[in-house]
Amino acid sequence: MHHEIYLDNSATTPVSDQVALAMEPYWAIQYGNPSSPHMRGVAAEKTLRHCRQQISDLLRVHPYELYFTGSGTEANNIAIQGITSAPHFRKHPGHIITTAIEHPSVLNVMKHLETLGWAVTYLDVDKEGQIDLAQFKESLLPETKLVSVMMVNNELGSILPIEAVGEIIQEANTNRSSKIIFHVDAVQALGQIPINIPNSKADLMTFSGHKIFGPKGIGLLYARRGTNLHPILFGGNQEGGIRPGTENMPGIVGLTKAIQIAMEDLETNTKHLLELRAQLISGVNKIEHSYINSPEDGAPHILNIGFEDIRGEVLVHFLEQRRIFVSMGAACSSNRRGTSHVLKAIGMPSEKILGSIRISLAPNITKDQIRYVVSSLGDTVEQIRRIYM
Amino acid sequence: MYPLLLVRYGEISLKGRNRKSFEDLLMRNIKTTLRGTPYGKIRKTFGRIYIETNGSWEEIARRLQQHVFGIVSISPVLRRELELGSIQEGARLILEGLPGQTFKVETRRPNKKFPLTTPEINNALGGFILRSFPHLSVDVHNPDITLHVEIRQEGAFLYSQVIPCLGGLPAGSSGKGILLLSGGIDSPVAGYLSMKRGVAVEGLHFYSYPFTTERSKEKVIELGRLLSPYNAHGSFKLWICHFTEIQKALQTISYPELSITLMRRFMLRIGTELANREKAYALITGDSLGQVASQTMESIYTINSVTNIPIYRPLIGMDKQEIIDISQKIETYETSILPYDDCCTVFVPKNPATRPTIEQALEAEGELDVAGLVEEALSKTHCIDASTSQEII
Repeated sequence: MHHEIYLDNSATTPVSDQVALAMEPYWAIQYGNPSSPHMRGVAAEKTLRHCRQQISDLLRVHPYELYFTGSGTEANNIAIQGITSAPHFRKHPGHIITTAIEHPSVLNVMKHLETLGWAVTYLDVDKEGQIDLAQFKESLLPETKLVSVMMVNNELGSILPIEAVGEIIQEANTNRSSKIIFHVDAVQALGQIPINIPNSKADLMTFSGHKIFGPKGIGLLYARRGTNLHPILFGGNQEGGIRPGTENMPGIVGLTKAIQIAMEDLETNTKHLLELRAQLISGVNKIEHSYINSPEDGAPHILNIGFEDIRGEVLVHFLEQRRIFVSMGAACSSNRRGTSHVLKAIGMPSEKILGSIRISLAPNITKDQIRYVVSSLGDTVEQIRRIYM
Repeated sequence: MYPLLLVRYGEISLKGRNRKSFEDLLMRNIKTTLRGTPYGKIRKTFGRIYIETNGSWEEIARRLQQHVFGIVSISPVLRRELELGSIQEGARLILEGLPGQTFKVETRRPNKKFPLTTPEINNALGGFILRSFPHLSVDVHNPDITLHVEIRQEGAFLYSQVIPCLGGLPAGSSGKGILLLSGGIDSPVAGYLSMKRGVAVEGLHFYSYPFTTERSKEKVIELGRLLSPYNAHGSFKLWICHFTEIQKALQTISYPELSITLMRRFMLRIGTELANREKAYALITGDSLGQVASQTMESIYTINSVTNIPIYRPLIGMDKQEIIDISQKIETYETSILPYDDCCTVFVPKNPATRPTIEQALEAEGELDVAGLVEEALSKTHCIDASTSQEII
């Protein structure tokens, strides 16, 4: 009998042993504040510099382009509001383009900006969760100041054409005096697909620790040199004044280790995850009246599926009894009644949305476990249908 | 500055021969509520209770005012020596900084050994106050401030504030009742209002995991915890009934529009059995007439017919907003509106019957093993002390 099969890795992952081990000394032994003048502080500052350097090497960016934040949500807020809170925009709010399937930590910032007078275009997506580049190009206005597009959607796994968007923006920027800033939420992409920041042409990119076997409470923002971020939090001078507050040293060390492992193992992991995903798809397809919501060429770790005449929520609790943990849509919204904005955006009828669950994989899952998951899905779906019929 | 709290209890002093047991219970409840606060001796004299404090009376008063049924009002009391100068000084201390333009002095003099008569005390104090506070004038009919003076054996008691409290009867003074607690806004309020009339309330929750989330159970335990301070013994026993098999069975009947009616009938049957076992005298529900399909007169009639135990419905005449107002006052509202499905909401059919008849219900139940299902659900019922989240049974 298995202990548990955790398939909600897009909500959060456990901290891996290696990461926990790396963090261990920074709770009670290397506890210094990098701002302190004494040896303890100097040691902490050295660690901080070392971590920043290591991540910048892995991501192929400059260390001074990286800001440690308290979460992915915080990084998204600092990125977007860091641009829009420039004093000039107070009287002259501009235009932003984003997509209808962004994470709430982007969408709700946009809603807030609309109350401040900003105009926001939400790009539609097709049933694969893809934006239309022609529509994007047409949406660009002379007053467009910011574009925010996620790299991998957290509910569907669709991979958005970041490099193509970046090129269109670069082209538009050639004859503009004030450049359009390009922000990419890459929280669900890190460690799952290759990320090439220079090629993406992104000015701002968001990452998070707890989706890649790192700790919760740590995020990372990349800001291309020359991108003028205005602080939205005020305090000490940490992180260039962009994210004041004493640095979360255990978190930063853990994030560094987690990124390192994720990048090193990317190729092997991808191959393994794609096999598991294919196995799941073929298994689900054999269950009657089932449907796959994720696009075929989506990210290797996310599979959104559904079953007719079933409520995803009930299926989640039935699977839980077999110690298989999956979720409905995104963890952040599934506590609330109402349907997923992402599945709605790809044009699914609400009946089908209600019957959907998200399975998100991790490299430590085995084929045997997926076999058990597939047979459990078949059994439980039939069991629930029998009750409701 | 006030070392003493005067506690008035209205209705229970009328309760004839039961009066002493009511008073004793109120004293016990006060002590339970005040556990951990700096109170001293508690004395009962002539239909009132006096609580000694070490001067910081506010926290004690706040707790009594918020949680103890049976208390009509409280006053913080200043105790002075039985000597006119000292009493005058006390009057000055109380009136200093009080808002208002007019006042009167109201004196009672149970201690007849005091040399001045009641009118003489009133005059002496009134004159003193007029001289000390030039902005005040006397109004004996409708004063802004009433200074109460009581000349007693143990000293002169002075007070002006009267803090209104919850009223009602002491928690636990009536008998046991079982509250059907769903997790919504209404049932905790129904429980609160029953506690107000002295019912020792125990909760009964119908849990349909895995059709509902574990969070919905945690929510009901939290509601029970929030109700504990009003309840007998300051605690709340919560029965959690495994309702899943009944929910499953209800999905199979040929009359889906009756599933809610039948579900409520099952709940009352289980409640009745539990009440008999636990020696409770009533079931309590949060029904408000006409609020939803199961709360029309016809529905209530058909649902009610499975039991002959009294069912208290303290909210029957209340509008939703009135119920919400109380739930906000007793601070259950924020928990009640947490959006986890409880067993009433997951299984709602598309068109629930609003006028089900007993005959229809009996016919639909003919397809089910009613007694067997009730017995099974009861056998899988366990009990939690919601104030501590400890399993009892």
